[in-house]
Amino acid sequence: MTTQDIEFGLDSFVPISVDESGEELSGDVVIRNTVEEAVLADAVGIDSFNIAEHYRRDMMDSAGHVILAAIAGRTERIRLGTAVTVLSTQDPVRVYTQFATLDAVSNGRAQLILGRGSLTESFPLFGLDLGDYEELFEEKLDLLTRLLRDQPVTWSGKFRSPLTDAYLSPPLPPGHLPTWVGVGGSPQSVIRAARYGLPLMLAVIGGPAIRFAPLVELYKRALDKYGHPQLRIGLHSHGYVARTDQEAVDIQWPHWAHVMGNAAAERGWARPTMDRFHSEIEEGSLYLGSPETVAAKIAWVIRLLGLSRFDLAYATGRVPHEQKMATIELYGREVIPRVRELLADPEADLAASVRPGATSAGSSNARG
Amino acid sequence: MPGDEAAGRRLGIVGAGKIGTAVARAAVASGYDVAISGSGAATRIELIVDVLAPGAHAVTTDDVVRHADIIVLAVPMHRFRELPRDLFAGKTLVDAMNYWEDADGVDDELATAPRGTSAVVQQRFSSSKVVKSLNHLGYFKFEEGRRQRDAPDRLAMAAAGDDAVTVAAVMQLIDRLGFDAVDAGSLDAGLALQPGGPVFGISHTRDGLSNLLRSKAPSRREDDRAPAVQFRDLARRTTKAPT
Repeated sequence: MTTQDIEFGLDSFVPISVDESGEELSGDVVIRNTVEEAVLADAVGIDSFNIAEHYRRDMMDSAGHVILAAIAGRTERIRLGTAVTVLSTQDPVRVYTQFATLDAVSNGRAQLILGRGSLTESFPLFGLDLGDYEELFEEKLDLLTRLLRDQPVTWSGKFRSPLTDAYLSPPLPPGHLPTWVGVGGSPQSVIRAARYGLPLMLAVIGGPAIRFAPLVELYKRALDKYGHPQLRIGLHSHGYVARTDQEAVDIQWPHWAHVMGNAAAERGWARPTMDRFHSEIEEGSLYLGSPETVAAKIAWVIRLLGLSRFDLAYATGRVPHEQKMATIELYGREVIPRVRELLADPEADLAASVRPGATSAGSSNARG
Repeated sequence: MPGDEAAGRRLGIVGAGKIGTAVARAAVASGYDVAISGSGAATRIELIVDVLAPGAHAVTTDDVVRHADIIVLAVPMHRFRELPRDLFAGKTLVDAMNYWEDADGVDDELATAPRGTSAVVQQRFSSSKVVKSLNHLGYFKFEEGRRQRDAPDRLAMAAAGDDAVTVAAVMQLIDRLGFDAVDAGSLDAGLALQPGGPVFGISHTRDGLSNLLRSKAPSRREDDRAPAVQFRDLARRTTKAPT
């Protein structure tokens, strides 16, 4: 694989944001702003724009495929996908028809990441039992991969009506729609991705990325076991790019603290501190700082884990639209070209160009 | 090795997810003979165990129970009721589970448990002795936080349970895994260890953890504290220091 084959994406939860005076924007404005962000991402050469799926008051991503279709009408080149589609509570037939249609209107640019997501509010919302999670995901993944790979499909399962010699429209060439499985660290989910022969997207939202190296190894071994060729591995992590490291910290910190503070209250975690923020930047999974700082860290993690895709979940929390636009511009125009440049030299010591501390967790845990 | 020492180096783990495999890896490195199970057939987790916890044995849950006297329960909290009530009869059951509404769904019994979720687990598995432990630090700490005894930055883990001897055995396990062990008191004190509790998710050394627990947690009756002398004796018999 050459560095040109590496895909650099942006992932959005379409979060309710504030304007520059700190006032919360309404949901419809946030959605239209997100379309503008994706249009800019296309213009500055970013490879994909991917929308998550939640059903919460602070995130406007409950029908991401509609937003993606609007983006498709205003862009030429950028791939349009999900990060992630909560497949356990979706009907695979609907997912197929929506994304085959998106693929048509975008002239072949649709893609999917399938997963559970880290939140489970969709289960009660759609009348499903969380206790069935494993079975639901397995059955729906089975049906969706069949629909994407070999129509007509004859299929029966426990959670929806059977299909007999079913052709779904619009048709897609078998295997045409790139379909990844997103995992958050569960070994069984890694095995499942390998069993279905689907590429793997790792969501690392805190702590050193090296912790996921054993799962990468598990995935590779499992692909072998199931007789599949080696497939692509991607990483989704949060970050923010500004002109300087300090500016990035100043802009992102209050919003990061707000999000983490809410999560801490909900999940019983420790309250976020400035120390933890800095340790996530230096040793953990925040790709934050100047274009040079962020590029060095992305290049390093791509080589560390053998990645061929990196998705930046840009601007955590309620960061204003204008500042998100600035981050997208820097990511597309400066960070991505610089990462490709750094990776072009296979001998380069990428750890050396990462800020001090960023690689220490890696070296001290090399006993993997 | 004398028989009782060998028996003391056997560990069973039910659950081969993030926490189960992390504990298994640390236990193998600490000289334990580890048996671990997922749901269903052992073949489902063979590769996972081979890659993430090499040296541990992938077996069925029934075989895990037969393998050891101390069993770590590390299944998703919303699934523990699928296990038979008498499965762990006579065993020490280390409850390493945490209840997360986001991951487990709304479970009124667990969400409102006045004496903590481990009391609910004890009620279900009434023929075992439940100790709440191994749950309050991130799973990756089992890899990154392990230290030799007396290392200045050795982290501490707490154990809460109603039976002092059982708690002492779990404290010995914690010590061998590479952490200082702190007796948190009765099983109700597990409240302090669970999400939202004062020590959850924060790394402490022994003194810091002890102080926090002393100020927050209900203790067992004083004469029921884990027998310190016995624990020290057990610790002295530990021959292989954690890496």
